Amino acid sequence: MTNAWTDIKNTDLVVVMGGNAAEAHPCGFKWVTEAKANRGAKLIVVDPRYTRTASVSDFYAPIRPGSDISFLMGVIRWCMENDKVQWEYVRNYTNAAFLVKEGFGWSDGLFTGYDEEKRDYDKESWDYQIGEDGYARIDPTLQDPRCVWNLLKAHVEAYTPEFVENICGTPKDKFLQICEMIGECSAPDRVMTSMYALGWTQHSKGAQNIRGMAMLQLILGNIGMRGGGMNALRGHSNIQGLTDLGLMSNLIPGYLNIPTEKEPDWQTYISARGFKPLRPNQTSYWQNYPKFMVSFMKAMWGDAATAENDWAYHYLPKLDVPTYDVLRMFELMKHGQINLYFCQGFNPLLSFPNRAKLTEALSRLKLLVVMDPLETETAHFWENHGIHNDVDSAAIQTEVLELPTTCFAEDEGALVNSGRWLQWHWAGGTPPGEARHDTWIMANIFLRLRKLYQDEGGVFPDPILNLTWDYADPSEPTPEELAREMNGRALKTVYDAKDPSTVLVEAGKQVKNFTQLQDDGSTMCGCWIYSGCWNEDGNNMARRDNSDPGDAGMFLNWSFAWPVNRRILYNRASADMQGKPWDPDRKLIEWTGEKWEGYDVPDIGVTSKPDEVMPFIMNQEGASRLFTRGMMRDGPFPTHMEPFESPLKNVFNDKMRGNPVSRVFADDAAQFATSDEFPFVATSYRLTEHFHYWTKHNKVNASLQPEFFVEISEELAAEKGIAKGGRVRVWGKRGEVWAKAVVTKRIKPMICDGKTVHVVGIPLHWGFKGAAKKGWGPNSLTPFVGDANVETPEFKAFLVNIEPSTEEPVA
Amino acid sequence: MNIDLSRRSFLRLAGAGVAATSLGAMGFGEAEAAEAAHVRAFKLTTTTETRNTCPYCSVACGIIMYSEGDVKAGETAEIMHIEGDADHPTNRGTLCPKGAALKDFVKAPTRLTRPRYRAAGATEFQDITWDQALDKIARAMKDDRDANLVQTNEDGVAVNRWTTTGFLAASATTNETAWLTYKAVRSTGIVGFDNQARV
Repeated sequence: MTNAWTDIKNTDLVVVMGGNAAEAHPCGFKWVTEAKANRGAKLIVVDPRYTRTASVSDFYAPIRPGSDISFLMGVIRWCMENDKVQWEYVRNYTNAAFLVKEGFGWSDGLFTGYDEEKRDYDKESWDYQIGEDGYARIDPTLQDPRCVWNLLKAHVEAYTPEFVENICGTPKDKFLQICEMIGECSAPDRVMTSMYALGWTQHSKGAQNIRGMAMLQLILGNIGMRGGGMNALRGHSNIQGLTDLGLMSNLIPGYLNIPTEKEPDWQTYISARGFKPLRPNQTSYWQNYPKFMVSFMKAMWGDAATAENDWAYHYLPKLDVPTYDVLRMFELMKHGQINLYFCQGFNPLLSFPNRAKLTEALSRLKLLVVMDPLETETAHFWENHGIHNDVDSAAIQTEVLELPTTCFAEDEGALVNSGRWLQWHWAGGTPPGEARHDTWIMANIFLRLRKLYQDEGGVFPDPILNLTWDYADPSEPTPEELAREMNGRALKTVYDAKDPSTVLVEAGKQVKNFTQLQDDGSTMCGCWIYSGCWNEDGNNMARRDNSDPGDAGMFLNWSFAWPVNRRILYNRASADMQGKPWDPDRKLIEWTGEKWEGYDVPDIGVTSKPDEVMPFIMNQEGASRLFTRGMMRDGPFPTHMEPFESPLKNVFNDKMRGNPVSRVFADDAAQFATSDEFPFVATSYRLTEHFHYWTKHNKVNASLQPEFFVEISEELAAEKGIAKGGRVRVWGKRGEVWAKAVVTKRIKPMICDGKTVHVVGIPLHWGFKGAAKKGWGPNSLTPFVGDANVETPEFKAFLVNIEPSTEEPVA
Repeated sequence: MNIDLSRRSFLRLAGAGVAATSLGAMGFGEAEAAEAAHVRAFKLTTTTETRNTCPYCSVACGIIMYSEGDVKAGETAEIMHIEGDADHPTNRGTLCPKGAALKDFVKAPTRLTRPRYRAAGATEFQDITWDQALDKIARAMKDDRDANLVQTNEDGVAVNRWTTTGFLAASATTNETAWLTYKAVRSTGIVGFDNQARV
């Protein structure tokens, strides 16, 4: 989230699209209710199902799964055509005025530079025109046909209300009413917020769905505002933290990158990350990359990382492919190329697509190690559970270790919520039996591995032998020790660069925050964006003062938010070019004539003049991006793409299937379904009574929602002869499931491109372990393909068939 | 009640004793004190309160766990109740149907309590000690890494990439666990490293 849960009370309009907060994030959704009750805010819900969020909305419209880009581009087109634009914001705070290279264009559903063979674009033309002064060329009058604004206008021209109705199945009058409601928020003192979740991410073009709304929010001037922003409602309690900390194939903590083999040495790696400003006077804060990177290398390898050895750059692995993400790993596993696999609190057998493939892959491992507080399906994948897990145990040669871990109640440390708050929590219970903390388990695995390298030698042991491990008890590092490492400290005394007689931080002391980090090896810091979380003031994440000056919803003394305790990202954009708040009643920060101050930590240099330094300080432009240059693989603007399995052909290009640059493995391509065979669109969803695959272990939740079901419309039920509460078989190209049929008015057929489209809703909370009845998840059916940029699997739009079934078969 | 007491400070005061006199000191009138004297002792009065956050979705509601015994004092502690933290700015004491049943997660019959091992082709798990399990893991890692670490690519560039072992990290462990996991995994050269955010 750019903003915080408690900030939602400040909004005028909530758009929930790609999520269902009332059921999936109930206590956060309360702030929508507050905004409605106290500000007269309105709620719009756009969803294939009439969800419980929709049931308290002011306006609901249906949409076909996987067609969100068309809807959003349609709204942008309508706003541009009807002058619903926050002009001062767009002209100054976005790249609308930047001129794009002559070669860039779009036709037949594709951008310039497509290579069908490689399934990739040559993105050379997707960039700005650079002037002789080295800066991007701009036309502040927005007259130049090559400026981003005019290219965007041309790009969205196709997305008329009729087009939206045809592709999305959203009736034109409903679409137009939503446009009117959204358009009102282009006024500088009207603010809309976007709340989305997996309904937008789990598509083969998920990242572009989100960009579509981010662009709309920029055009309306709603980013950086109280009650505005782009608010990703993250699904797990610390999924934000694990991502911040770089537990991804290609990441280093704080959104730094693991090098690729095209960056064989430190100089090549660092020089590709110069991030010089593209406009005069702009901050381009990523210019500090070397400070964060060197401090990270010092945190990892201490004295073994020196200027002479390029900070031990050779210790880092170099990637030969963009990512070894989970989909790629299971593909490799299936082909016998993975021997050993760890699952730490993760149940991939139910979380990833095409369960049959997952089982086949796990069966080819030599050793699977699962650490979890609960019995997971993954740890038991080799157990025969009849039709619910029909495997031949004797034929599966994989060895499995199931290791008991503590759960939240027995553990101490910080979790990062959606609003980037690092909240410390404390242990209150004794772990059951021999369950151990994850830190103890990881430490003991590492120490034993290190010992083997010490005793026996081996291949390239250096990065293991030299890893910093200066904990009081090496076998159980404490949460405090680890948090202090992430915050960072001075290894040598650091002096102020502007005044070398002033000491910034003495050797051995915690740094105050990341502004004190250095690129000469004099500081260490595990995760620069967390710096400030545990400094010489103590554990700032443990703060519990719930005062809220100005009733602004910021709560600056409750926990610690990254970066530097800032609660609303881009908050400089909440004020105009003179530094005055767009809406005086919703002041966030303002320019006093000398400095920025207000209710939040300013997201700008505190003495940066408002008419000189633009708000988007992380970007080289100083402005936000309506056009993303070559930063996304599938285009600098979002363009309509069908799901890989769709009842419709792409109207722009009938040869195009799914996202034209998504990675598709050969075996999986052969398993994509067509609508001739599988006529119905399926989508996965969650229930308010359950949390993923955990709560089925709880008697209370298992009683509330005991049994797997699928949800269909009355019309589809009638067409297929399915009775309310009757049993059905749902099958696709990759598997089949049996479920109870819930026949509702919440899902209605839609008309798209002249065809009737039926939607089958498939909730995901059942497996073969726990207290609930055995069942399946949608992943028995879903396609093994991910988003082109981040490889998030396409769980929200795929094809199935359905028929009545008297009983589940006996295996 | 005629004084303004927050719910939590009320519980704390009530925990000091349930005699009518102390209730009187809190500002109860005589009738209310007489009524209160008939009420049996509140179950949570002798428990230890610990602040935590809900481990489910990312709203991160504040919760208070009540236990018999105090872990911080080195005692064995049994969680006997979990409820919303009324002082928390986001949830203000409320919990959803998932959070309200958190104690059932802590006490689930399917909680793991000892390390277990499944041999190749076996139909059941068998017990294994922590020592045996950890030694087996370290040995397997060492052997696989020594056999398969890609030290250089075809162009002779040092790449130190270990692709035959993978690690999936969680979604609800603490930052501190995540950082320690990061250090241990990255130092080995593992590149098949992801967390639940990939989904």
